[in-house]
Amino acid sequence: MTKFIIILLSAVFINNYVLSRFLGICPFLGVSKKLDSATGMSIAVIFVMLISTAVTWPIQMYLLNPNNLGYLQTIVFILVIAALVQLVEIVLKRYIPSLHKSLGVYLPLITTNCAVLGVTILNIDEGYTFWEAMVNSLGSGLGFFLAMVMFSGVRSKLEGADIPKSFKGLPITLIAASITSLSFMGFGGVVENLFG
Amino acid sequence: MEAILTAVIPVVIIGILCAAMLVIASKLMAVKEDERLPKVRECLPGANCGACGFAGCDGYAKALCENSDTPANLCIPGGAEVARELSEVLGVDAGEIEPKVAAVHCGGDCTATDDKVDYQGIESCSAAKLVYGGKGKCGFGCLGLGDCAAACPQDAIIVRGGLARILEQECIGCGICVKTCPNRIISLVPAKEHYFVACSNKDKGAATRKACSVGCIGCKKCEKLCPAGAIKVEGNVASIDLKLCTGCGACAEGCPAGCILLDKDGKLSKPVKE
Repeated sequence: MTKFIIILLSAVFINNYVLSRFLGICPFLGVSKKLDSATGMSIAVIFVMLISTAVTWPIQMYLLNPNNLGYLQTIVFILVIAALVQLVEIVLKRYIPSLHKSLGVYLPLITTNCAVLGVTILNIDEGYTFWEAMVNSLGSGLGFFLAMVMFSGVRSKLEGADIPKSFKGLPITLIAASITSLSFMGFGGVVENLFG
Repeated sequence: MEAILTAVIPVVIIGILCAAMLVIASKLMAVKEDERLPKVRECLPGANCGACGFAGCDGYAKALCENSDTPANLCIPGGAEVARELSEVLGVDAGEIEPKVAAVHCGGDCTATDDKVDYQGIESCSAAKLVYGGKGKCGFGCLGLGDCAAACPQDAIIVRGGLARILEQECIGCGICVKTCPNRIISLVPAKEHYFVACSNKDKGAATRKACSVGCIGCKKCEKLCPAGAIKVEGNVASIDLKLCTGCGACAEGCPAGCILLDKDGKLSKPVKE
Protein backbone atom coordinates (compact mmCIF):
# COMPACT_ATOMS: atom_id res chain seq x y z
CA MET A 1 0.00 0.00 0.00
CA THR A 2 2.83 2.36 0.91
CA LYS A 3 4.35 1.76 -2.50
CA PHE A 4 1.13 2.89 -4.21
CA ILE A 5 1.06 6.08 -2.15
CA ILE A 6 4.70 6.78 -2.92
CA ILE A 7 4.11 6.24 -6.63
CA LEU A 8 1.03 8.46 -6.59
CA LEU A 9 2.63 11.33 -4.67
CA SER A 10 5.87 11.17 -6.67
CA ALA A 11 3.92 11.29 -9.90
CA VAL A 12 1.89 14.29 -8.77
CA PHE A 13 4.59 16.39 -7.13
CA ILE A 14 8.17 15.26 -7.65
CA ASN A 15 8.08 13.89 -11.16
CA ASN A 16 5.30 16.17 -12.27
CA TYR A 17 5.00 15.55 -15.98
CA VAL A 18 4.77 19.17 -16.96
CA LEU A 19 6.88 20.94 -14.40
CA SER A 20 9.68 18.41 -13.77
CA ARG A 21 9.77 16.13 -16.78
CA PHE A 22 8.75 18.85 -19.26
CA LEU A 23 6.33 16.64 -21.15
CA GLY A 24 3.00 17.93 -22.44
CA ILE A 25 4.21 21.53 -22.62
CA CYS A 26 2.08 22.17 -25.71
CA PRO A 27 -1.32 21.93 -23.98
CA PHE A 28 0.23 23.44 -20.84
CA LEU A 29 0.95 26.68 -22.70
CA GLY A 30 -1.86 26.45 -25.22
CA VAL A 31 -4.95 25.65 -23.18
CA SER A 32 -4.12 27.24 -19.83
CA LYS A 33 -5.54 30.67 -20.60
CA LYS A 34 -8.91 29.99 -19.01
CA LEU A 35 -9.69 27.87 -15.97
CA ASP A 36 -12.58 25.96 -17.54
CA SER A 37 -10.67 24.92 -20.66
CA ALA A 38 -7.68 24.03 -18.46
CA THR A 39 -9.81 21.72 -16.30
CA GLY A 40 -11.52 20.22 -19.36
CA MET A 41 -8.18 19.46 -20.95
CA SER A 42 -6.72 18.02 -17.74
CA ILE A 43 -9.68 15.71 -17.13
CA ALA A 44 -9.38 14.47 -20.69
CA VAL A 45 -5.66 13.86 -20.10
CA ILE A 46 -6.29 11.87 -16.89
CA PHE A 47 -8.90 9.83 -18.72
CA VAL A 48 -6.70 9.11 -21.74
CA MET A 49 -3.62 8.34 -19.60
CA LEU A 50 -5.58 5.74 -17.62
CA ILE A 51 -7.14 3.93 -20.58
CA SER A 52 -3.96 4.00 -22.65
CA THR A 53 -1.95 2.52 -19.79
CA ALA A 54 -4.60 -0.12 -19.32
CA VAL A 55 -4.18 -1.14 -22.95
CA THR A 56 -0.46 -0.60 -23.60
CA TRP A 57 0.86 -2.37 -20.49
CA PRO A 58 -0.67 -5.74 -21.49
CA ILE A 59 0.46 -5.23 -25.09
CA GLN A 60 4.07 -4.71 -23.95
CA MET A 61 4.07 -7.53 -21.42
CA TYR A 62 2.12 -10.22 -23.25
CA LEU A 63 2.69 -9.38 -26.92
CA LEU A 64 5.93 -7.50 -27.48
CA ASN A 65 8.21 -8.83 -24.73
CA PRO A 66 7.61 -12.58 -25.28
CA ASN A 67 8.34 -12.14 -29.01
CA ASN A 68 11.45 -10.01 -28.42
CA LEU A 69 9.77 -7.05 -30.10
CA GLY A 70 10.33 -4.58 -27.28
CA TYR A 71 11.97 -2.14 -29.68
CA LEU A 72 8.62 -1.67 -31.46
CA GLN A 73 7.27 -0.08 -28.27
CA THR A 74 7.07 3.53 -29.46
CA ILE A 75 5.41 2.98 -32.81
CA VAL A 76 2.97 0.37 -31.51
CA PHE A 77 2.01 2.57 -28.57
CA ILE A 78 1.39 5.58 -30.79
CA LEU A 79 -0.76 3.47 -33.10
CA VAL A 80 -2.76 1.89 -30.32
CA ILE A 81 -3.28 5.10 -28.34
CA ALA A 82 -4.41 7.05 -31.41
CA ALA A 83 -6.91 4.34 -32.38
CA LEU A 84 -8.08 3.99 -28.81
CA VAL A 85 -8.78 7.68 -28.33
CA GLN A 86 -10.72 7.78 -31.58
CA LEU A 87 -12.74 4.79 -30.42
CA VAL A 88 -13.43 6.38 -27.06
CA GLU A 89 -14.58 9.52 -28.81
CA ILE A 90 -17.03 7.57 -30.96
CA VAL A 91 -18.35 5.66 -27.95
CA LEU A 92 -18.74 8.83 -25.89
CA LYS A 93 -20.53 10.61 -28.72
CA ARG A 94 -23.02 7.77 -28.94
CA TYR A 95 -23.69 7.00 -25.28
CA ILE A 96 -22.64 9.99 -23.15
CA PRO A 97 -23.17 13.09 -25.32
CA SER A 98 -22.82 15.44 -22.36
CA LEU A 99 -19.35 14.11 -21.52
CA HIS A 100 -18.46 14.17 -25.20
CA LYS A 101 -19.47 17.81 -25.34
CA SER A 102 -17.19 18.79 -22.46
CA LEU A 103 -14.24 16.56 -23.43
CA GLY A 104 -14.96 16.57 -27.16
CA VAL A 105 -12.53 19.15 -28.47
CA TYR A 106 -9.71 18.05 -26.17
CA LEU A 107 -9.75 14.34 -26.95
CA PRO A 108 -8.34 14.54 -30.50
CA LEU A 109 -5.83 17.14 -29.29
CA ILE A 110 -4.17 14.69 -26.92
CA THR A 111 -4.21 11.58 -29.11
CA THR A 112 -0.50 11.83 -29.76
CA ASN A 113 0.43 14.03 -26.85
CA CYS A 114 3.91 13.34 -25.54
CA ALA A 115 2.73 13.29 -21.91
CA VAL A 116 0.40 10.38 -22.68
CA LEU A 117 3.05 8.49 -24.63
CA GLY A 118 5.59 9.37 -21.94
CA VAL A 119 3.46 7.87 -19.18
CA THR A 120 2.93 4.60 -21.01
CA ILE A 121 6.62 4.19 -21.90
CA LEU A 122 7.90 5.24 -18.46
CA ASN A 123 5.51 2.75 -16.85
CA ILE A 124 7.32 0.00 -18.71
CA ASP A 125 10.82 1.44 -18.11
CA GLU A 126 10.21 1.67 -14.37
CA GLY A 127 9.21 -2.00 -14.31
CA TYR A 128 5.85 -1.35 -12.68
CA THR A 129 3.24 -4.08 -12.25
CA PHE A 130 -0.14 -3.46 -13.87
CA TRP A 131 -1.73 -1.76 -10.86
CA GLU A 132 1.38 0.23 -10.08
CA ALA A 133 1.33 1.42 -13.66
CA MET A 134 -2.33 2.42 -13.33
CA VAL A 135 -1.62 4.34 -10.10
CA ASN A 136 1.33 6.06 -11.77
CA SER A 137 -0.91 7.08 -14.70
CA LEU A 138 -3.54 8.44 -12.33
CA GLY A 139 -0.88 10.37 -10.44
CA SER A 140 0.63 11.74 -13.63
CA GLY A 141 -2.80 12.84 -14.82
CA LEU A 142 -3.50 14.50 -11.47
CA GLY A 143 -0.10 16.18 -11.63
CA PHE A 144 -0.97 17.53 -15.07
CA PHE A 145 -4.32 18.72 -13.70
CA LEU A 146 -2.57 20.46 -10.80
CA ALA A 147 -0.05 22.16 -13.08
CA MET A 148 -2.77 23.30 -15.50
CA VAL A 149 -5.08 24.70 -12.83
CA MET A 150 -2.22 26.44 -11.01
CA PHE A 151 -0.88 27.92 -14.19
CA SER A 152 -4.26 29.11 -15.43
CA GLY A 153 -4.49 31.02 -12.14
CA VAL A 154 -1.05 32.52 -12.75
CA ARG A 155 -2.03 33.50 -16.27
CA SER A 156 -5.26 35.16 -15.24
CA LYS A 157 -3.19 37.27 -12.82
CA LEU A 158 -0.74 38.06 -15.62
CA GLU A 159 -3.58 39.34 -17.76
CA GLY A 160 -4.26 42.18 -15.33
CA ALA A 161 -0.60 42.90 -14.62
CA ASP A 162 1.27 45.81 -16.11
CA ILE A 163 3.88 43.95 -18.13
CA PRO A 164 6.65 45.68 -20.13
CA LYS A 165 5.68 45.71 -23.78
CA SER A 166 8.49 43.47 -24.98
CA PHE A 167 7.49 40.78 -22.46
CA LYS A 168 3.79 40.73 -23.26
CA GLY A 169 2.23 37.49 -24.42
CA LEU A 170 4.39 34.39 -24.77
CA PRO A 171 7.67 35.66 -23.17
CA ILE A 172 6.10 36.43 -19.81
CA THR A 173 4.14 33.16 -20.00
CA LEU A 174 7.36 31.20 -20.44
CA ILE A 175 9.02 33.07 -17.57
CA ALA A 176 6.03 32.38 -15.33
CA ALA A 177 6.10 28.73 -16.37
CA SER A 178 9.78 28.44 -15.47
CA ILE A 179 9.20 29.98 -12.03
CA THR A 180 6.26 27.64 -11.42
CA SER A 181 8.46 24.75 -12.48
CA LEU A 182 11.25 25.94 -10.18
CA SER A 183 8.86 25.89 -7.22
CA PHE A 184 8.11 22.21 -7.91
CA MET A 185 11.82 21.37 -7.69
CA GLY A 186 11.38 22.02 -3.98
CA PHE A 187 9.44 18.76 -3.64
CA GLY A 188 12.50 16.69 -4.57
CA GLY A 189 13.21 14.07 -1.92
CA VAL A 190 10.18 14.93 0.20
CA VAL A 191 8.22 11.73 -0.44
CA GLU A 192 11.16 9.36 0.06
CA ASN A 193 11.93 11.00 3.39
CA LEU A 194 8.29 10.88 4.48
CA PHE A 195 7.89 7.15 3.91
CA GLY A 196 11.50 6.00 3.83
CA MET B 1 15.22 -9.72 -44.16
CA GLU B 2 13.60 -11.84 -41.52
CA ALA B 3 14.36 -9.21 -38.89
CA ILE B 4 12.49 -6.58 -40.89
CA LEU B 5 9.53 -8.86 -41.46
CA THR B 6 9.21 -9.76 -37.79
CA ALA B 7 9.05 -6.05 -37.04
CA VAL B 8 6.78 -4.98 -39.90
CA ILE B 9 4.22 -7.76 -39.78
CA PRO B 10 3.10 -7.28 -36.14
CA VAL B 11 2.79 -3.52 -36.64
CA VAL B 12 0.76 -4.01 -39.82
CA ILE B 13 -1.48 -6.52 -38.08
CA ILE B 14 -2.03 -4.19 -35.13
CA GLY B 15 -2.72 -1.33 -37.55
CA ILE B 16 -5.28 -3.34 -39.48
CA LEU B 17 -6.96 -4.50 -36.27
CA CYS B 18 -7.20 -0.92 -35.01
CA ALA B 19 -8.56 0.28 -38.34
CA ALA B 20 -11.15 -2.51 -38.45
CA MET B 21 -12.18 -1.70 -34.88
CA LEU B 22 -12.63 1.97 -35.73
CA VAL B 23 -14.60 1.24 -38.89
CA ILE B 24 -16.95 -1.12 -37.08
CA ALA B 25 -17.35 1.29 -34.19
CA SER B 26 -18.12 4.26 -36.41
CA LYS B 27 -20.67 2.21 -38.36
CA LEU B 28 -22.35 0.77 -35.27
CA MET B 29 -22.37 3.91 -33.20
CA ALA B 30 -22.95 6.54 -35.83
CA VAL B 31 -24.88 9.46 -34.40
CA LYS B 32 -27.59 10.75 -36.67
CA GLU B 33 -26.99 14.39 -37.34
CA ASP B 34 -29.59 16.59 -38.90
CA GLU B 35 -28.82 16.53 -42.61
CA ARG B 36 -30.11 20.04 -43.01
CA LEU B 37 -27.65 21.49 -40.50
CA PRO B 38 -24.66 21.95 -42.85
CA LYS B 39 -26.96 23.29 -45.57
CA VAL B 40 -28.59 25.77 -43.20
CA ARG B 41 -25.19 26.82 -41.92
CA GLU B 42 -24.03 27.40 -45.47
CA CYS B 43 -26.90 29.81 -46.13
CA LEU B 44 -25.94 32.03 -43.22
CA PRO B 45 -23.34 34.73 -43.83
CA GLY B 46 -20.98 33.62 -41.05
CA ALA B 47 -20.43 37.06 -39.56
CA ASN B 48 -21.24 35.66 -36.08
CA CYS B 49 -22.67 39.05 -35.12
CA GLY B 50 -25.41 37.73 -32.85
CA ALA B 51 -28.11 40.00 -34.26
CA CYS B 52 -30.44 36.99 -34.52
CA GLY B 53 -30.28 36.54 -30.75
CA PHE B 54 -28.40 33.22 -30.89
CA ALA B 55 -24.74 32.51 -30.16
CA GLY B 56 -23.32 33.06 -33.63
CA CYS B 57 -24.34 31.56 -36.95
CA ASP B 58 -23.81 27.99 -35.72
CA GLY B 59 -26.20 28.58 -32.85
CA TYR B 60 -28.85 30.00 -35.14
CA ALA B 61 -28.45 27.13 -37.62
CA LYS B 62 -28.85 24.62 -34.80
CA ALA B 63 -31.92 26.40 -33.45
CA LEU B 64 -33.46 26.46 -36.93
CA CYS B 65 -32.99 22.72 -37.37
CA GLU B 66 -34.06 21.65 -33.92
CA ASN B 67 -37.03 23.93 -33.41
CA SER B 68 -39.32 24.50 -36.35
CA ASP B 69 -40.86 27.52 -34.60
CA THR B 70 -37.64 29.52 -34.97
CA PRO B 71 -38.31 32.30 -37.46
CA ALA B 72 -36.19 32.10 -40.60
CA ASN B 73 -35.97 35.86 -41.00
CA LEU B 74 -33.82 36.69 -37.96
CA CYS B 75 -30.58 37.10 -39.86
CA ILE B 76 -30.29 40.84 -40.36
CA PRO B 77 -26.95 40.93 -42.23
CA GLY B 78 -28.17 38.29 -44.67
CA GLY B 79 -31.43 40.11 -45.23
CA ALA B 80 -34.24 38.91 -47.46
CA GLU B 81 -32.00 36.75 -49.61
CA VAL B 82 -30.80 34.59 -46.74
CA ALA B 83 -34.32 34.36 -45.34
CA ARG B 84 -35.55 33.08 -48.69
CA GLU B 85 -32.72 30.54 -48.97
CA LEU B 86 -33.33 29.36 -45.41
CA SER B 87 -37.03 28.94 -46.03
CA GLU B 88 -36.26 26.88 -49.13
CA VAL B 89 -33.95 24.57 -47.22
CA LEU B 90 -36.27 24.25 -44.24
CA GLY B 91 -39.55 24.37 -46.09
CA VAL B 92 -41.13 27.13 -44.04
CA ASP B 93 -42.40 30.63 -44.71
CA ALA B 94 -39.67 33.19 -45.09
CA GLY B 95 -41.52 36.08 -43.52
CA GLU B 96 -40.83 39.68 -44.33
CA ILE B 97 -37.44 41.15 -43.66
CA GLU B 98 -36.21 44.63 -44.24
CA PRO B 99 -32.48 45.30 -44.54
CA LYS B 100 -31.36 47.77 -41.92
CA VAL B 101 -28.35 49.90 -41.22
CA ALA B 102 -27.27 51.89 -38.20
CA ALA B 103 -27.72 55.66 -38.06
CA VAL B 104 -26.07 58.07 -35.63
CA HIS B 105 -28.59 60.56 -34.29
CA CYS B 106 -26.09 63.34 -33.76
CA GLY B 107 -24.60 65.90 -36.09
CA GLY B 108 -22.32 67.57 -33.62
CA ASP B 109 -18.86 67.30 -35.14
CA CYS B 110 -16.07 69.68 -34.15
CA THR B 111 -17.39 72.44 -36.40
CA ALA B 112 -20.81 72.46 -34.74
CA THR B 113 -20.05 71.98 -31.06
CA ASP B 114 -17.14 72.33 -28.70
CA ASP B 115 -15.55 70.69 -25.69
CA LYS B 116 -16.37 71.93 -22.22
CA VAL B 117 -13.49 70.13 -20.49
CA ASP B 118 -10.12 68.81 -21.55
CA TYR B 119 -10.68 65.10 -21.04
CA GLN B 120 -7.49 63.11 -20.62
CA GLY B 121 -8.86 59.88 -19.19
CA ILE B 122 -9.30 56.46 -20.72
CA GLU B 123 -10.10 56.58 -24.44
CA SER B 124 -13.53 55.06 -24.07
CA CYS B 125 -16.98 56.64 -24.37
CA SER B 126 -18.39 54.79 -21.39
CA ALA B 127 -15.47 55.94 -19.19
CA ALA B 128 -15.73 59.53 -20.44
CA LYS B 129 -19.48 59.50 -19.84
CA LEU B 130 -18.85 58.97 -16.13
CA VAL B 131 -16.94 62.27 -15.90
CA TYR B 132 -19.50 65.10 -16.09
CA GLY B 133 -21.35 63.21 -18.84
CA GLY B 134 -18.54 63.45 -21.35
CA LYS B 135 -16.20 66.17 -22.53
CA GLY B 136 -18.52 67.85 -25.04
CA LYS B 137 -20.87 70.72 -24.29
CA CYS B 138 -23.83 68.57 -25.29
CA GLY B 139 -24.53 65.78 -22.82
CA PHE B 140 -26.69 63.82 -25.25
CA GLY B 141 -24.52 63.65 -28.35
CA CYS B 142 -21.72 61.52 -29.68
CA LEU B 143 -18.86 61.20 -27.18
CA GLY B 144 -16.48 60.65 -30.06
CA LEU B 145 -14.14 58.12 -28.46
CA GLY B 146 -15.24 55.24 -30.62
CA ASP B 147 -16.74 52.56 -28.37
CA CYS B 148 -19.09 51.79 -31.25
CA ALA B 149 -16.22 51.58 -33.74
CA ALA B 150 -14.36 49.18 -31.45
CA ALA B 151 -17.45 47.01 -31.02
CA CYS B 152 -18.38 46.91 -34.71
CA PRO B 153 -17.65 43.45 -36.14
CA GLN B 154 -17.43 44.84 -39.68
CA ASP B 155 -15.28 47.93 -39.01
CA ALA B 156 -18.15 49.92 -40.47
CA ILE B 157 -17.88 52.84 -38.06
CA ILE B 158 -15.25 55.55 -38.13
CA VAL B 159 -14.93 58.52 -35.83
CA ARG B 160 -14.20 61.70 -37.76
CA GLY B 161 -14.21 65.18 -36.32
CA GLY B 162 -15.34 63.84 -32.95
CA LEU B 163 -18.41 62.23 -34.45
CA ALA B 164 -19.07 58.58 -35.22
CA ARG B 165 -20.10 57.91 -38.79
CA ILE B 166 -21.52 54.76 -40.29
CA LEU B 167 -20.10 53.40 -43.53
CA GLU B 168 -23.37 52.07 -44.83
CA GLN B 169 -21.81 49.89 -47.51
CA GLU B 170 -20.04 47.97 -44.75
CA CYS B 171 -22.82 48.05 -42.15
CA ILE B 172 -24.68 44.78 -41.76
CA GLY B 173 -27.27 46.15 -39.35
CA CYS B 174 -26.42 43.82 -36.48
CA GLY B 175 -27.22 46.47 -33.87
CA ILE B 176 -24.19 45.85 -31.64
CA CYS B 177 -23.30 49.57 -31.76
CA VAL B 178 -26.87 50.44 -30.76
CA LYS B 179 -26.34 48.56 -27.50
CA THR B 180 -22.75 49.78 -27.05
CA CYS B 181 -23.28 53.54 -27.28
CA PRO B 182 -23.55 54.89 -23.71
CA ASN B 183 -25.66 57.81 -24.92
CA ARG B 184 -27.92 55.54 -26.99
CA ILE B 185 -27.76 57.79 -30.03
CA ILE B 186 -27.46 55.02 -32.61
CA SER B 187 -30.52 53.26 -33.95
CA LEU B 188 -31.29 50.88 -36.80
CA VAL B 189 -33.07 52.40 -39.78
CA PRO B 190 -34.17 50.91 -43.11
CA ALA B 191 -31.33 50.77 -45.59
CA LYS B 192 -33.02 52.92 -48.18
CA GLU B 193 -33.22 56.61 -48.92
CA HIS B 194 -34.72 58.28 -45.88
CA TYR B 195 -34.75 61.38 -43.72
CA PHE B 196 -33.64 61.27 -40.12
CA VAL B 197 -33.10 63.62 -37.22
CA ALA B 198 -29.39 63.96 -36.54
CA CYS B 199 -29.79 65.06 -32.93
CA SER B 200 -30.69 63.49 -29.62
CA ASN B 201 -30.49 66.57 -27.38
CA LYS B 202 -33.38 66.70 -24.93
CA ASP B 203 -32.45 70.09 -23.45
CA LYS B 204 -34.68 73.10 -24.03
CA GLY B 205 -34.06 75.04 -27.22
CA ALA B 206 -31.91 77.79 -25.74
CA ALA B 207 -29.62 75.37 -23.94
CA THR B 208 -29.28 73.21 -27.03
CA ARG B 209 -28.47 76.24 -29.14
CA LYS B 210 -25.63 77.22 -26.80
CA ALA B 211 -24.12 73.78 -26.89
CA CYS B 212 -24.36 72.99 -30.59
CA SER B 213 -25.15 74.82 -33.81
CA VAL B 214 -26.90 71.86 -35.41
CA GLY B 215 -28.92 70.70 -32.40
CA CYS B 216 -32.66 70.17 -32.51
CA ILE B 217 -34.20 73.06 -30.59
CA GLY B 218 -37.63 71.48 -30.41
CA CYS B 219 -39.36 74.30 -32.31
CA LYS B 220 -41.95 71.93 -33.80
CA LYS B 221 -41.74 73.55 -37.22
CA CYS B 222 -41.14 70.18 -38.84
CA GLU B 223 -44.19 68.79 -37.08
CA LYS B 224 -46.32 71.44 -38.73
CA LEU B 225 -44.60 71.17 -42.11
CA CYS B 226 -44.96 67.41 -42.43
CA PRO B 227 -47.96 66.61 -44.64
CA ALA B 228 -48.06 63.00 -43.52
CA GLY B 229 -47.96 63.71 -39.77
CA ALA B 230 -44.90 61.49 -39.42
CA ILE B 231 -42.89 63.82 -37.19
CA LYS B 232 -43.38 64.22 -33.47
CA VAL B 233 -41.41 66.43 -31.13
CA GLU B 234 -41.15 64.79 -27.75
CA GLY B 235 -38.84 65.91 -24.97
CA ASN B 236 -37.50 68.79 -27.08
CA VAL B 237 -36.25 66.53 -29.85
CA ALA B 238 -37.96 65.62 -33.10
CA SER B 239 -38.34 62.05 -34.30
CA ILE B 240 -39.55 60.76 -37.66
CA ASP B 241 -41.84 57.78 -37.92
CA LEU B 242 -40.44 56.16 -41.05
CA LYS B 243 -43.56 54.07 -41.55
CA LEU B 244 -45.56 57.25 -42.19
CA CYS B 245 -42.82 59.31 -43.86
CA THR B 246 -43.36 59.83 -47.57
CA GLY B 247 -39.91 61.26 -48.16
CA CYS B 248 -41.09 64.65 -49.38
CA GLY B 249 -38.29 66.45 -47.60
CA ALA B 250 -40.39 69.43 -46.41
CA CYS B 251 -39.10 69.00 -42.86
CA ALA B 252 -35.47 69.05 -43.88
CA GLU B 253 -35.96 72.16 -45.98
CA GLY B 254 -37.79 73.94 -43.20
CA CYS B 255 -35.66 72.97 -40.23
CA PRO B 256 -34.06 76.15 -38.84
CA ALA B 257 -31.29 74.21 -37.11
CA GLY B 258 -30.59 72.05 -40.13
CA CYS B 259 -30.58 68.87 -38.11
CA ILE B 260 -32.88 66.84 -40.37
CA LEU B 261 -30.70 65.12 -42.93
CA LEU B 262 -31.29 63.06 -46.03
CA ASP B 263 -29.53 59.73 -46.02
CA LYS B 264 -29.11 58.73 -49.64
CA ASP B 265 -26.91 55.72 -50.43
CA GLY B 266 -24.96 56.27 -47.25
CA LYS B 267 -24.29 59.96 -47.93
CA LEU B 268 -25.77 62.41 -45.46
CA SER B 269 -26.84 65.73 -46.91
CA LYS B 270 -28.89 68.74 -46.12
CA PRO B 271 -31.29 69.73 -48.86
CA VAL B 272 -30.32 72.86 -50.73
CA LYS B 273 -32.75 75.69 -50.03
CA GLU B 274 -34.10 77.27 -53.16
